[in-house]
Amino acid sequence: MKNEWPLWEVFIRGQHGLSHRHVGSLHAPDAEMAIKNARDVYTRRNEGVSIWVVEANNITASSPSNKGPLYEPAESKVYRHPTFFDIPDEVGAM
Amino acid sequence: MPAGYRKTLIRQIGQHAHSEIVGQLPEGNWITRAPTLERKAILLAKVQDEAGHGLYLYCAAETLGVSRDELTEKLLDGRMKYSSIFNYPTLNWADMGAVGWLVDGAAILNQVPLQRTSFGPYARAMVRVCKEESFHARQGFDVMRKMATGTPAQQKMAQDALNRLWFPALMMFGPSDAESTHSEQSMAWKIKMNSNDELRQKFVDQTVPQIEFLGLELPDAGIKWNEARGSYDYSDPDWSKFFDVIQGNGPCNVDRLAARNKAWKDGAWVRDGLLAHARKKAARKHAAE
Ligand SMILES: [Fe+2]
Ligand SMILES: [Fe+2]
Repeated sequence: MKNEWPLWEVFIRGQHGLSHRHVGSLHAPDAEMAIKNARDVYTRRNEGVSIWVVEANNITASSPSNKGPLYEPAESKVYRHPTFFDIPDEVGAM
Repeated sequence: MPAGYRKTLIRQIGQHAHSEIVGQLPEGNWITRAPTLERKAILLAKVQDEAGHGLYLYCAAETLGVSRDELTEKLLDGRMKYSSIFNYPTLNWADMGAVGWLVDGAAILNQVPLQRTSFGPYARAMVRVCKEESFHARQGFDVMRKMATGTPAQQKMAQDALNRLWFPALMMFGPSDAESTHSEQSMAWKIKMNSNDELRQKFVDQTVPQIEFLGLELPDAGIKWNEARGSYDYSDPDWSKFFDVIQGNGPCNVDRLAARNKAWKDGAWVRDGLLAHARKKAARKHAAE
């Protein structure tokens, strides 16, 4: 068995009250070390105030080849956008 | 994804990552001998950044389905290359200036266009890298400026560093376009955005005025402003030397690879120990549940 440390995906919350964003990945033996390594690799210049790490094999991703069935149905539902509706000028801001 | 594109990218990103890692060695050489505590802290931060650059790039390569260890092994046994510039020694403190200023300066010109490369993970890694690189170039120029305006002995060291590193820095852009074998395909794939000669000329044009500002002598008698081209003419590096260093005959090739192999071997017990500890902890937690 090869002794390669598992791969972790790293998410960081920036300074400005934003949500955590994926910034990259790294290898670490466990979650605790992954946080320590993430701090060194991804926050050397105040890039964040909070770190999440997730072991990469715990992530389930949608398949790029499923793009059509997943997202195309939304294209025909233009009425979901406010611009679909004509509001007369007299009505004012809405 | 076309197989050729994947293969070429793994080679390019892998080599780039290896260069960042091996690139720590020439500067690491001076950390314990930096002239002041401040210079030492700056150099440490710079070298730490390079480790980070290597890691960003290995991550990008891994998304193509190659493992980190596989890439490392290929570096260690010589199946993969790293940038030849790191096979030159750093002989005096002014080299820390010249490396940051010229080597990182050249790297910036190579890396900035790659922020728009066709492969997303590579482009994103380059965005992070480029943000950090201007610190590298500026701290180098700052060292150089101090040396170039110092005592006569310091000025001599500055000139010596510039003279030794000038042509190797020009070589960092790769051989002339006419001789560069992969260029055309890579440009079509948008994993190479500019020609080697184009970037080299840009480097010369931006660096010559900086050399003059420092009051140093030009490292090449062939440098002359060409009014018609609106650029500096310069002498071509001796490409036979370049290929010789790539073949393994540079002044430090053996040392660099030996240092990487030693670090990998000496670190094995730490990697294994931490992994064993993590597995034991996970098993204990599992048993308790
Ligand atoms: Fe770098
Ligand atoms: Fe750098």
